[in-house]
Amino acid sequence: MENKYWKSLEEFNNEPDNSPDTDKFPSGKNLLEIIDEEIEGKPSSRRNFLKFVGFSVATAAIASSCENPVKKAVPYLNKPEEVTPGMANHYASSYFDGSEYSSVVVKVRDGRPIKIEGNTLSPITRGGSSARVQASVLSLYDNESRLKGPSKAVKDFAWQILDNEITAKLKEISGAGEKTVILSSPIISPSTRKLIGEFISTYPGTEHVVYEPVSFSGMLQANKLSYGEPIIPFYHFDKAEVVVSFGADFLGTWLAPIEFAHDYSVMRSLTDGEKRLSYHVQFETGLSISGSKADTRFPVKPSEMSGLLIGLYNQLATLAGKTAINGGSTHEALPGIADKLWKNQEKSIVVSGSNDINEQIVVNAINELLMNQGKTIDYSSPYLTKQADDSKMEELVKQMNSNQVGGLILWNVNPVYDHRDSEAFVEGLKKLKLSVSLNSVKDETLAHVTYSAPAHHYLESWDDAEPIKGFFSLAQPAIRPIFSTRQKQESLLKWMGKEPDYYAYIKNYWLTDILKSGEAAWTKALQDGVHQIENATRSIGFNAESLSVAVSALNAYPAASGFEVSLYQNLSMGNGQHTNNPWLMEMPDPISKICWDNFASISPASAEKLGIAKDAIIKINDFEIPAFVQPGQAEGTISIALGYGHTAFGKVADGVGKNAFKLTGFSNGNRTYSFSGTEPALVAGEYKLATTQMHHSMEGRPIVRETTLSKYQQSPDSGNELHAEYEEKHTTLYKETEFTGHHWAVAIDLNKCIGCSACVIACQAENNVPVVGKQEVMKSRIMHWIRIDRYYNGDPANPGVVFQPLMCQHCDNAPCENVCPVSATNHSSEGLNQMAYNRCVGTKYCINNCPYKVRRFNWFKYANNEKFDYNMNSDLSRLVLNPDVTVRERGVVEKCTFCVQRIQEKKLLAKNEGRRLEDHEILPACGQACPSKAIVFGDTNDPESEVSKLIKDPRNYHLLEELHTLPSVSYLTLVRNKAEEEA
Amino acid sequence: MYKTEVRGPLILGDKNYRQISSDIIAPIDQPIPTWWKAVFGVSMLATLFGVYAIYTTLVVGIGSWGVNNSVGWGWEIINFVWWIGIGHAGTAFSIFLLILRQKWRTSINRAAEAMTVVAVGCAALFPALHMGRVWLMFYIFPYPNTRGPLWVNFNSPLFWDFIAITAYLLISASFWYFGMVPDFATIRDKTTSKVKRAVYGFFAFGWTGSSREWLRYEALSYVLGGIAAVLVVSVHSIVSTDFAVSVIPGWHTAVFPPYFVVGAIFSGFAMVMTLMIIIRKIYKFQDYVTDSHLNAIAKILIFVSLIMGTAYATEIFMAWYSGSTYEMFTFFKNRITGDYTFQFWAMVVCNAFIPQLFWFKKVRQNLTIAFIISLLINVGMWYERFNILITSLSKDYLPSSWTVYSPTWVEIGIFVGTLGMFVAGVLLFFKYIPMIAISEVKSILKVTSINKNEKTNASHE
Repeated sequence: MENKYWKSLEEFNNEPDNSPDTDKFPSGKNLLEIIDEEIEGKPSSRRNFLKFVGFSVATAAIASSCENPVKKAVPYLNKPEEVTPGMANHYASSYFDGSEYSSVVVKVRDGRPIKIEGNTLSPITRGGSSARVQASVLSLYDNESRLKGPSKAVKDFAWQILDNEITAKLKEISGAGEKTVILSSPIISPSTRKLIGEFISTYPGTEHVVYEPVSFSGMLQANKLSYGEPIIPFYHFDKAEVVVSFGADFLGTWLAPIEFAHDYSVMRSLTDGEKRLSYHVQFETGLSISGSKADTRFPVKPSEMSGLLIGLYNQLATLAGKTAINGGSTHEALPGIADKLWKNQEKSIVVSGSNDINEQIVVNAINELLMNQGKTIDYSSPYLTKQADDSKMEELVKQMNSNQVGGLILWNVNPVYDHRDSEAFVEGLKKLKLSVSLNSVKDETLAHVTYSAPAHHYLESWDDAEPIKGFFSLAQPAIRPIFSTRQKQESLLKWMGKEPDYYAYIKNYWLTDILKSGEAAWTKALQDGVHQIENATRSIGFNAESLSVAVSALNAYPAASGFEVSLYQNLSMGNGQHTNNPWLMEMPDPISKICWDNFASISPASAEKLGIAKDAIIKINDFEIPAFVQPGQAEGTISIALGYGHTAFGKVADGVGKNAFKLTGFSNGNRTYSFSGTEPALVAGEYKLATTQMHHSMEGRPIVRETTLSKYQQSPDSGNELHAEYEEKHTTLYKETEFTGHHWAVAIDLNKCIGCSACVIACQAENNVPVVGKQEVMKSRIMHWIRIDRYYNGDPANPGVVFQPLMCQHCDNAPCENVCPVSATNHSSEGLNQMAYNRCVGTKYCINNCPYKVRRFNWFKYANNEKFDYNMNSDLSRLVLNPDVTVRERGVVEKCTFCVQRIQEKKLLAKNEGRRLEDHEILPACGQACPSKAIVFGDTNDPESEVSKLIKDPRNYHLLEELHTLPSVSYLTLVRNKAEEEA
Repeated sequence: MYKTEVRGPLILGDKNYRQISSDIIAPIDQPIPTWWKAVFGVSMLATLFGVYAIYTTLVVGIGSWGVNNSVGWGWEIINFVWWIGIGHAGTAFSIFLLILRQKWRTSINRAAEAMTVVAVGCAALFPALHMGRVWLMFYIFPYPNTRGPLWVNFNSPLFWDFIAITAYLLISASFWYFGMVPDFATIRDKTTSKVKRAVYGFFAFGWTGSSREWLRYEALSYVLGGIAAVLVVSVHSIVSTDFAVSVIPGWHTAVFPPYFVVGAIFSGFAMVMTLMIIIRKIYKFQDYVTDSHLNAIAKILIFVSLIMGTAYATEIFMAWYSGSTYEMFTFFKNRITGDYTFQFWAMVVCNAFIPQLFWFKKVRQNLTIAFIISLLINVGMWYERFNILITSLSKDYLPSSWTVYSPTWVEIGIFVGTLGMFVAGVLLFFKYIPMIAISEVKSILKVTSINKNEKTNASHE
């Protein structure tokens, strides 16, 4: 036992210590006071002076240098089997936002989804994705916009009471013989369709109405009239030698762009010695990415479409020896197009983006003449993603206002924002006994409904999907629900008085109705994310009667006058449900290169006529909007993007742009997205749009090298003659670097790139690229590591458009590397141009000396800064950051790394498994996201790799190769299938 | 003995040694004049504005400037090169004229050297400030370290810059300071104030004026002069490599090193002229800084201006002769014409045409016009740097990245701040340091007194 010492009798006797505190810290005094006393008490001497100086310096040094904030990292007590800290897990899932479908793989790091990738196992999307799919992971962490729990009249509420009240109301409504309406976006989930059916039988009188802000209602009804069934066929663009599109931006926003981009690119591929190309004609009002890729493009007014369709029908009918129909345009290009189509019967596609029944019927008739049904147009596997019948919604609003509806359940719809007559809808909502919103985010409708039972984000939900008949896919949660939300289906189950367990429901449904098999099949389907059932092929008869009705209706349309306005969806915003996503908001439109706004596109000639200059504002009826002079816009027309102008959708979306849904109309039982008879007027004032590209001509420089098919057939290096010349002249005084291991490279096929910008957002998600806001974009300070350069050539009224994705070229003779005074940017032994952020002092010399201008500087501190309140300013939204990639500090330079973290990950994996890396095993984020597989990454030291083969292709060239920067990125020339004289 | 029949008298007014000392020391001994206080106050305000702008830069980031993804360098580098150019004159003036034994330099060299030191000090601020992380500036020092050791990139012109500027600043300051030692001793000996005696005595290093000291003094002048002569040429050549070594059209030019050195001498001499006219006017130093001095500077300016004009023409010719579309675009579509036409023609007119007015004797003798021209030359030289920097970067290879650049108040603020610093520095020099090298002027007094009766004929012809 220890000896116990005592220092006073009081202590020995356990009495309280009353002695003055001589040897303790004096109470109530701080260190400085003690020091003061020390100093006062002693004569000043050099020794004392040095002592205190030494102490102060040491304290200051310790206090200022040892900045170690406490972070609470709690290790697992019981580690889940599948979770290894630092290793990502991937879960197959399905993305469907009500308009766009994609089978995806969710990358989950330490329990949080950080990246969405396309699922390569999907026979539909084939690993492709879109910008919106890529950005969807960010909305999971939208701290501000997502609803955090149930509410009644916008006040927080408890689930229990909410369920009781709603169930009581539903019973009351059903008991009184009134009806409840489930107003939903298209539902492609077969189990949910079954569930809704059960809900309807639980509450008889319930109706299900499908509502889409941008609908295909006209096409569905046209097909019903033509073929007896309201279905949308599957288009096989990979079998179409000739594609004629009337206003359908099938590569960007029409129907299923991810699939179409892939299929289309198959027919635009000239690698592997291919010598033919499909021929693509686009008639359209505003310049779209489909129009940009077209071999021939005609800017036309929306009102001219029907005439053109009839004209084309008549040309084809003449060739087919059938009787022509009345009316129709005699456009000079039609005979040629008809001729090409006629020669490619069964191998062509004619599509129209119109929502007019009659126009779609003529399209059907044309495709019938060409015998495309069953070949390129497949009615056996119809698309199920478009379901809305616009007249039903119109009727619902009327019924709501005439007290014929008791309750309304809103399912992923926001009609107060996107219905053409939102005032009427709001009035109708007031007359309901029950209004429930199942939406997961705050929106304009929320303020007008009684109950909000917020749903999970799709990454927190169980779900399934059948985008095309027979093609099933599953969605599984990748994270536990962040907020007190509940799966939509579980809310229905609860209100039906059933056990709210949708997992059990969906599994049971799949086992019995889809897989018709055991647990193993379910596990496989869940792992793969997809499951396919063979459809019986069938052909359906065309009702020729419908054509004559349609044509007489079309001929009776009143003639259009004045300016025509066309409303369209752009690639980032779509129908406006992702507007609060800062990544999408800052994604430059591939054509106009504008972000953070919508605007009225007007042709250069019309602008001149109306006196519209840069930064002007125009007024269309009562609608004021900034004008933008857009080459290629049809004369006398204006195009405005939908999806902007939110008022209660979140801090990113609110007040940005104007809500063009107000301009949509309704006629012939369908919503219309264009109208005529307006005269835009110039409004006083100025409005600046943020654009990421200010100059649009290549100035005759060999940047995007372009040729025509016939020239290409004669010599494959046509348009690319310079490449051989520079290769020949290639010489250097210095020893050239040899890469003995890997040598990474990227080849980009400009023929396949459609400009969709999925790569831009994928890169942003993968590499923690900050959003900088409109003001900074206007100062040319956007941070994107990959950008899509767009150039025009030729006549501004209808220019040729080319896209060129541009990221760091990883030059083997990099101008940026030798100028950095501190060697912060240097070359790896595998040919990567690397940035050591820790070493960078931010001289920006490398930015100046980069001829490609792909380097980005951190002008500000973008993370944790109130001024950049986008996705790096809250703990929750920062969860989306990729832990493998540094968040860059203020003052350092950054740029594309070829996703070096992915390269290292796969190299390590291969090494651990003791094997060689396979080609395509490493996919950078941009290449993974690309729906048309235009970006190919690989090892040039592997002669069998695809990229090695592409580099040897006669179409291959390096950008600015005359500078001898020896880039690792190369491009393949753009080849258009057009006649010599046009080229 | 050195003869000056050609030059005429270098000092007017029939001075004796005592008069020279008292004339030149007078401003130091007299109380501070009101105008001095006023101008110093204004310059300090400007400096404070600059300090606030620098504070903003450091706290907010380079984002507070107008530079962007394409134009990575803006006013800060323009001003850096501009100040370095001005900072050329003093040393160039002293050294080359010293080596060439041009005695007329003696009444001007001190002011020119002072100006050099202040201007290079102003210039040195910018390379530090333009760094995104200035707190890590020590990374560009080649010092042994525990990171490998990780050395700087010896291939980078920015590193050469750093070495060149540091060396130049040190040598210029030494040269200037050692030249002042005998004068400090003179003040020490003449002044009645105890404080001044102590301070100037300290800086005089116990100078006694013995023959041995003079011998060593002369030797040191020539040694430092020899070193500095090389640096004068190297420093701006190296600054020019910041551009010449790059791949950017309009920068990638072999003519840059000589062109930059000549441009620097041009702007420096113009600034010397500006200052000398001011000194003459305010301190009534007409007897020391005579008309013939200004006449000589004006003639040098004509010559240098011709070289500048030739350099501009050469650049344009080479752009065309190279056949490079990028070079041609930069020169013909983005300088001679285009967004930056004004800046280009301002440069050409101010630097190549206006100084040609000095061919006229009347212009040379009219100090008001000479003063204005000397200022315009420095305006022109500023535009020259603007042209090189901004036109090349704003529209280089890929038209998709073309953009425009305009400065923010922060960049302007830093520039105004350096102007304030410069004026304040020059004012301090006026007040506390003999503006004219007393001992050196005395060394030529005897020579000029021979001609004292012919002063009406004095001229340089």
